[in-house]
Amino acid sequence: MAKRMFSAPGDHIESRRPVTVSRYRGITRLNHWVTAASLIVLLLSGLALFHPSLYFLTGLFGGGQMTRWLHPFVGILLFFSFLLLFLQMWRLNLPRPEDRTWVSHIGEVVRGEEEKLPELGKYNAGQKFVFWAMSVLIVVLIVSGMMIWQEYFPHLVSIPVRRWAVLIHAVAAVAIILTFILHVYAAIWTRGTIRAMTRGTVTGGWAWRHHRKWLRELAGREGGGPAE
Amino acid sequence: MTTDPNLDSPRTAVSNPPVQPMQANLGPGDVVRASAMPDLPPPTRELTPVAKLIDVSKCIGCKACQSACAEWNDTYPEIEENVGLYENPHDLTPDMFTLMRFSEYENPQTGDFEWLIRKDGCMHCADPGCLKACPAPGAIVQYSNGIVDFIHENCIGCGYCVTGCPFDIPRISQKTHVSYKCTLCSDRVAVGQGPACAKACPTQAIVFGTKEDMLAHAEARVDDLKSRGYDNAGIYDPQGVGGTHVFYVLHHADQPSLYSDLPEQPRISPVVEGWKGVTKTLGLAAIGAAAVGSVLHGLMTRANKVSAEDEVHAEELVSGREPPIPPEREVL
Repeated sequence: MAKRMFSAPGDHIESRRPVTVSRYRGITRLNHWVTAASLIVLLLSGLALFHPSLYFLTGLFGGGQMTRWLHPFVGILLFFSFLLLFLQMWRLNLPRPEDRTWVSHIGEVVRGEEEKLPELGKYNAGQKFVFWAMSVLIVVLIVSGMMIWQEYFPHLVSIPVRRWAVLIHAVAAVAIILTFILHVYAAIWTRGTIRAMTRGTVTGGWAWRHHRKWLRELAGREGGGPAE
Repeated sequence: MTTDPNLDSPRTAVSNPPVQPMQANLGPGDVVRASAMPDLPPPTRELTPVAKLIDVSKCIGCKACQSACAEWNDTYPEIEENVGLYENPHDLTPDMFTLMRFSEYENPQTGDFEWLIRKDGCMHCADPGCLKACPAPGAIVQYSNGIVDFIHENCIGCGYCVTGCPFDIPRISQKTHVSYKCTLCSDRVAVGQGPACAKACPTQAIVFGTKEDMLAHAEARVDDLKSRGYDNAGIYDPQGVGGTHVFYVLHHADQPSLYSDLPEQPRISPVVEGWKGVTKTLGLAAIGAAAVGSVLHGLMTRANKVSAEDEVHAEELVSGREPPIPPEREVL
């Protein structure tokens, strides 16, 4: 079979009338939701210690001591969980020439007018941005986080370095929360997207509208002939 | 002028305890600043600022202060190995709030060998970096008499106070997971007693009283030292942290770092100020703006919906009625 250019192993046309396309395997979805859940726990526990007005969020985790204890462990879980996602997704998130065109038409993207946009593979430039931003920020957060993990690494770095680590950790955390908001909002606003991560499939129309190259490749792999 | 119960704080550490019962005279109404509590109610009264003066030139390195500190605070510093240094324990620990640090200095001017002994511990800064950095409401408080105290039941053990402190003082216990440091014996001061270390000091190298009295005493000590040939004798009461409520008389005040790396110009690190200042404010604002912006965009614009036409196209493509490879549409 031809080498996949725009799709991941497991992506396939699931049914033809109506068309549904399998976008994420069960294991990938599980992986995504473990990552998502850890990010949300980290976001809530981190914000609780970020600003006094949000300290009440420690109540969700059983108080300040528990929040302080829990946060780094969930960080480790997130790191490894995201690493698995990264290994599955990085190839299709490499930049391609059509990404430039897509970005230059970003106004139309936001207005939902996709007629003039180039045909795209499995991910558009926005999704790729989220992917790489998450990848970089998670590395920054885990490294700076280790440096300020008082319970287990109190002397890993000197106090002046620790001051930078805590500042960088805070700035990176704000950046990842902004990325997270963008990711969630884009998934909601682009109707028909969320089911890719719940049921694992999208409609043919969704694939045609947003990721036509991906759909074409999958259709080509199925032989392209009529089903019956 | 010793332990008059009508005074708001003791004026000396040398007097014996009052015999009459006494109410604790340091409470929530005396707190002027508390960690992570920007909207703290104002204090109900203003106490006289107190201070502990450590006259390094009078110290004989006997460690009576350390013993008194451990005894009063009921701590049991771990017994360690002798590694050929006088410091014992090797550093401040969660069970040792004050430590005699010994440095050997060969004075290039006089050729004299000098043994510089400094009692290390919390300086009780007027502008405390620990309090600024602390995320737990009320875990670190500052009283109007200048004492900076850790309220352990509010502490979460995160170590941010370590990050914030310009003097490397707080220590987090691996057993209780809370932070410890010198309290300036706030519990003794509350009942008219000076700090245990000052009480125990056999040479009066450590003295306690109002900050004003202590500064006057320090100045007299500096004059005395100067008359004995210590031309650079002076007071170490660093203004970078707004002055401190534990301060030193040094024979070499021009070189504080001689005394086991006492910081030359301590201040709260600009990195910590940036973290706790602009990052916190702008960060939260950016997150709020992004969240509100998304909701508004969602309400005010049409969502991106897949049309019936898209579905028809997909069916045609999948059933082979449209060629899978597009006619040169890829390049745009």
